[in-house]
Amino acid sequence: MTAAPPIEVRDLTLAYGDFVVQRGLNFVVSQGDVFVVMGGNGCGKTTLMRHMIGLQRPVQGAVFYAGENFWSAEDEDQQRLKRRLGVMYQGGALWSSLTLGENVALPLGEYTSLAPERIAEVVAFKLALVGLAGFEDFYPSELSGGMRKRAGLARAMALDPEILIVDEPSSGLDPLTARRLDDLILALRDALGTTIVVVTHDIASILAIGTNSIYLDPETHTMIATGNPAQALRSGDPRVRFFLSRGTLT
Amino acid sequence: MGTDGGHFPRGESGKGAKRRQIAVHPLGASEVELLFSGSWRLGEGLPAPARIVKEFTGDIQRVRLAAHDLDDWDSALPSFAAGLIKLGAARGIEVDASGLPREVQRLIAMAFAVPEQAGTGRSGTRGGLFERVGTATVALARDVPAMLRFLGEVTLAAGRLATARAHFRRGDVWLEIEEAGPKALPIVSVISFLVGVILAYLGADQLRLVGAQIFIADLVAIGMVREIGALMTGIIVAGRTGAAFAARLGTMQVNEEIDAFRTLGVSPIDFLVLPRILALMLMVPLLTLYAGFVGMLAGLVVAYFVFDIGIFEYYTETLRALQVKHFLVGLSKGVAYGAVVAFAGCLRGIQCGRSAEAVGQAATSAVVTGILLITVVASIMTIVYYQLGI
Repeated sequence: MTAAPPIEVRDLTLAYGDFVVQRGLNFVVSQGDVFVVMGGNGCGKTTLMRHMIGLQRPVQGAVFYAGENFWSAEDEDQQRLKRRLGVMYQGGALWSSLTLGENVALPLGEYTSLAPERIAEVVAFKLALVGLAGFEDFYPSELSGGMRKRAGLARAMALDPEILIVDEPSSGLDPLTARRLDDLILALRDALGTTIVVVTHDIASILAIGTNSIYLDPETHTMIATGNPAQALRSGDPRVRFFLSRGTLT
Repeated sequence: MGTDGGHFPRGESGKGAKRRQIAVHPLGASEVELLFSGSWRLGEGLPAPARIVKEFTGDIQRVRLAAHDLDDWDSALPSFAAGLIKLGAARGIEVDASGLPREVQRLIAMAFAVPEQAGTGRSGTRGGLFERVGTATVALARDVPAMLRFLGEVTLAAGRLATARAHFRRGDVWLEIEEAGPKALPIVSVISFLVGVILAYLGADQLRLVGAQIFIADLVAIGMVREIGALMTGIIVAGRTGAAFAARLGTMQVNEEIDAFRTLGVSPIDFLVLPRILALMLMVPLLTLYAGFVGMLAGLVVAYFVFDIGIFEYYTETLRALQVKHFLVGLSKGVAYGAVVAFAGCLRGIQCGRSAEAVGQAATSAVVTGILLITVVASIMTIVYYQLGI
């Protein structure tokens, strides 16, 4: 028997009231994938992410983590499943009353038995990984948007989660920093075997790191399974090629 | 030196997998090899890099990190190795990580790719008692000019309003009126009724001594209409609407909405502050009037049921006691309290910093400032009215 995939989404419908954003979403995120959820503005990318991380109950369908149905699990099991996830929110979502160091340290303090000095060392390392070495004592309000975002990534990976879910990692970052984050994502996957889900519309980043992908089509309100994005650009569905080529290929 | 490093990790480490270990092998006089083995996971605790570096004698110039029989690791290993490298650099010891797994090296390289920015290091201390008292005093002293400046801006905006040049939407005034007025009726009713009851009992107790309990009506009517109705309404509105103004404008400040008004050349004072001040200057006096009537009703109920005063008797006594000037005093105070509450709420909202915490502080500060200003204005008006014999 092969192990169940880290994430499986079956027949998911995303809706706000009567307004269906996306329906019939079916996909599997395999171990070690860099799975890209792509699509234009307002197609439901972030909504899909909110369903996948347990913030929004689906109207229909199910989300499985390693074979366990998240939404039919008991509260305790949901907590346990959620702990496998690290989530980076679009705006960083740093706790504004805590410094960057405290933000990254909080998950470590909650869920490991490390001594405070060891936590400080791990925090310094994680902040250095995202290029924010020495910013421990800054409050989020003292940083630029891009820095907050990177600090959000440092917090998301504080506990070395099995699954790292990243919402719009590169929007608001300069191209070099965005590229560094892409490299970091790949390094984390290679080093720790982290499964990565990236929600983005940044084409350079999609083509550089994606190993598997889906495209959320805003017109038909459903997904197109697109496989490897680089492959999809060459010989995929015309709508996806149109998107990935910024409208030059039809 | 040369001891088996197994004593470094303490109790909490690995149960199933092999414990993490660091073996120290000297390689000549100036070089030493640290051999990592076992399981290195964040959940299993970490040794202190400083304890290991401390054991090196002065001659050691080079440390080689290598892995042997490494079971299982997460970011604990690169994080620990990075700590060693940093410590080594501080003591002039070269730390060579090339013996570690390639992926560990890659993460370490990424961590050192962007150097620590100069000047980012902060003391992080909060300063001593004197420093904090000093800072707070300076902040307080700066608050008054800021308040006066805001008052000036509002006055200018009021001038523009008077000459019909102010930019704002009339609909906003109505929205604020609805929010501040009718929606506050339930809480104003409850509180002014209960205050009426308290006044009646208080009066009954004192007036019984002179056998003139009928004067409960005078006390309640004049007290509620002239002073207490406005005061209670002002405080309710400060807590309800003043805090809401500060939170609303503060959040707009966080979202850069206020900056957007400024760059467009639309004064945020005109667009956001004026409608709110107008709404409260209109609604607080009306609520005051209402509070007065509810309070008198409460007095009547207490007088009739508890102290056996006839309803008609109470009614005529109330009419005899009340004069138009009492209503005018109450209404004028209502207008003034509405103005200062809206002023405090908007002031704190506009001054708000750019974080969730700052919005909370702005709301708190709006209520405190609002109530403080109400009390100050109330005292001044009471003294002035007394001197004028009103």
